[in-house]
Amino acid sequence: MSSTALLDKSDPPAAGAPPEDRKPRRNFTPWVLLLPGLLWLILFFLVPILTSVSASVQTGNFDDGFKLTWHWANYVDAVKPYWRQYLHSGIFSVATTVLCLALGYPVAYFIAFKGGKWKSLLMALVIVPSFTSFLIRTIAWKTILADNGFVVRILNDLYILKITSKLGITVGTHVLASPGAVVCGMVYNFLPFMILPLYTSLEKIDPRLLEAGNDLYCGTFQTWRRITLPLSMPGVIGGTLLTFIPAIGDYINAQLLGNANTGVVGQSIENLFLRKTDGYPVGSAMSVIMMVGTLVLVMMYIRKAGTEDLI
Amino acid sequence: MATQTAVPAPIAPAPLKIRRRSPLAWIGDHVLLAATVVIFIFMLLPNAVILVMSFNQPIGKYDYTWNQFSTEAWAHPCANQALCSSMGLSLEIGLIATVVSTALGTMIAFAMVRHRFKARSGINALLFLPMAAPEVVMGATLTALFFNTIGPGSLGFWTITIAHVMFCLSYVVVTVKSRLAGMDPTLERAAQDLYATPTQTFMKVTLPLVAPGIAAAALLAFALSIDDYIITAFTAGQRTTFPMYIFGSVQRSYPAQINVIGSIMLIGTMAIIAVSTILGRMRATRR
Repeated sequence: MSSTALLDKSDPPAAGAPPEDRKPRRNFTPWVLLLPGLLWLILFFLVPILTSVSASVQTGNFDDGFKLTWHWANYVDAVKPYWRQYLHSGIFSVATTVLCLALGYPVAYFIAFKGGKWKSLLMALVIVPSFTSFLIRTIAWKTILADNGFVVRILNDLYILKITSKLGITVGTHVLASPGAVVCGMVYNFLPFMILPLYTSLEKIDPRLLEAGNDLYCGTFQTWRRITLPLSMPGVIGGTLLTFIPAIGDYINAQLLGNANTGVVGQSIENLFLRKTDGYPVGSAMSVIMMVGTLVLVMMYIRKAGTEDLI
Repeated sequence: MATQTAVPAPIAPAPLKIRRRSPLAWIGDHVLLAATVVIFIFMLLPNAVILVMSFNQPIGKYDYTWNQFSTEAWAHPCANQALCSSMGLSLEIGLIATVVSTALGTMIAFAMVRHRFKARSGINALLFLPMAAPEVVMGATLTALFFNTIGPGSLGFWTITIAHVMFCLSYVVVTVKSRLAGMDPTLERAAQDLYATPTQTFMKVTLPLVAPGIAAAALLAFALSIDDYIITAFTAGQRTTFPMYIFGSVQRSYPAQINVIGSIMLIGTMAIIAVSTILGRMRATRR
């Protein structure tokens, strides 16, 4: 592939453009191909968002039905009693993204540059666990982090739990049912989403560039800082996005590994929708807030990277 | 590999190999290795736990702590009827959602890569948004739509399937698109030069070349569908899919059978990957 691409520079590099010899006539084929899928997305993704914007200003309950009353106070009800949940969602997802980057980068770097013939096996090892239901794997952490397990014993013996409990990461001599366990579960769940794009961008780097850096008397760290890191930025941006977006909406880990004081927005929305008879307008308001918040953050990223690149 | 063949072999490779390796670099390399090993343990530990706990005879209702070796759960994986019927429901929804989303997504991918049309950036945004929206938002808004139109009582099999197709679609488009964009355009041009009709070119050149991408997209869609909890929980009504059953088990009882199914999923996937790799190698050597 690469050698042929180097040889004939006259050819357009990608198949992105349609063949030039086609006559520029009005063509309906793309729309026939696009229509069913796009309709599905419009009907079941875009329209629901509009519906829930309308639902967020309704009042009523299941027995009498809901009416559009422009009840903007729903937004006050969606923020005031739940500020802790918003705070937790923010802290957990940012901590998860940072930790995933810190853990995922060395792994992706190792596989890309030191993996040798084991590369594909190591990448398979990153993906293979995800084929078991993530819920079963998350619940397995209940066994690993149990009070009588070896993890807690080691952390206790090293006095680490004393420090983390002071910092509010763990609770007393337990790891389970604490913010620390929630973030641990989230990092565990989303780490592959960080490693995959990082590996893709690191793997593309020509090792000769790193050799050139070494030849020009760059130390290992300097080479990484000036050559590897800038070239792997697409992976960093992609990975942080792929981690942060599911992390901010996640409530599985908070539910399974957390306690009553680690509630996140997702849990509140689910409670309002599924376990209360009149909670659905306020729940809609919360999901509108969440969507707008996430979109604003993601858009800031897209401005840096460009949509066509990310898709 | 390709770069090595393109570059002429150095005349004296041996002296070039001698590099100034400071002891610092040696330490750095080994710290990196150790960190990678530890992180891999972190990623693989839960799977090991699932495998071990599937052979456990739990004392109480919860298969969380090790008690005693037993093959009871493996002998009777469907001792709990509800567990296996939820698995059946998940498989059924997964298959339908995979077929529909792969078909619709592949069509979109072809249109995006092979055709010129207006509103491309708008369509790109529409495809990107479902991947950028948190699951809980999609679940909640879709449920709000169903509440408002067909009423809360009609949530069930079809609402779950509709939701699954919706969130799988973008991932299918991305996967097929990347395969299509990475294809060597000269091959199709060669077919046309050799007087193949557009249909023949598509059936004999394009489709076989894109097929791995479509297969990967279908697998991804199936994996996404069968493993989804959040959106499913919102749209399920009274039905219980496999992830919902597991989530509920945390409050009821957590039998070793769940770990058996988790182990089967892992071993089955690994076996499929191993067999397909070996078959691929065999085919490659025969050529």
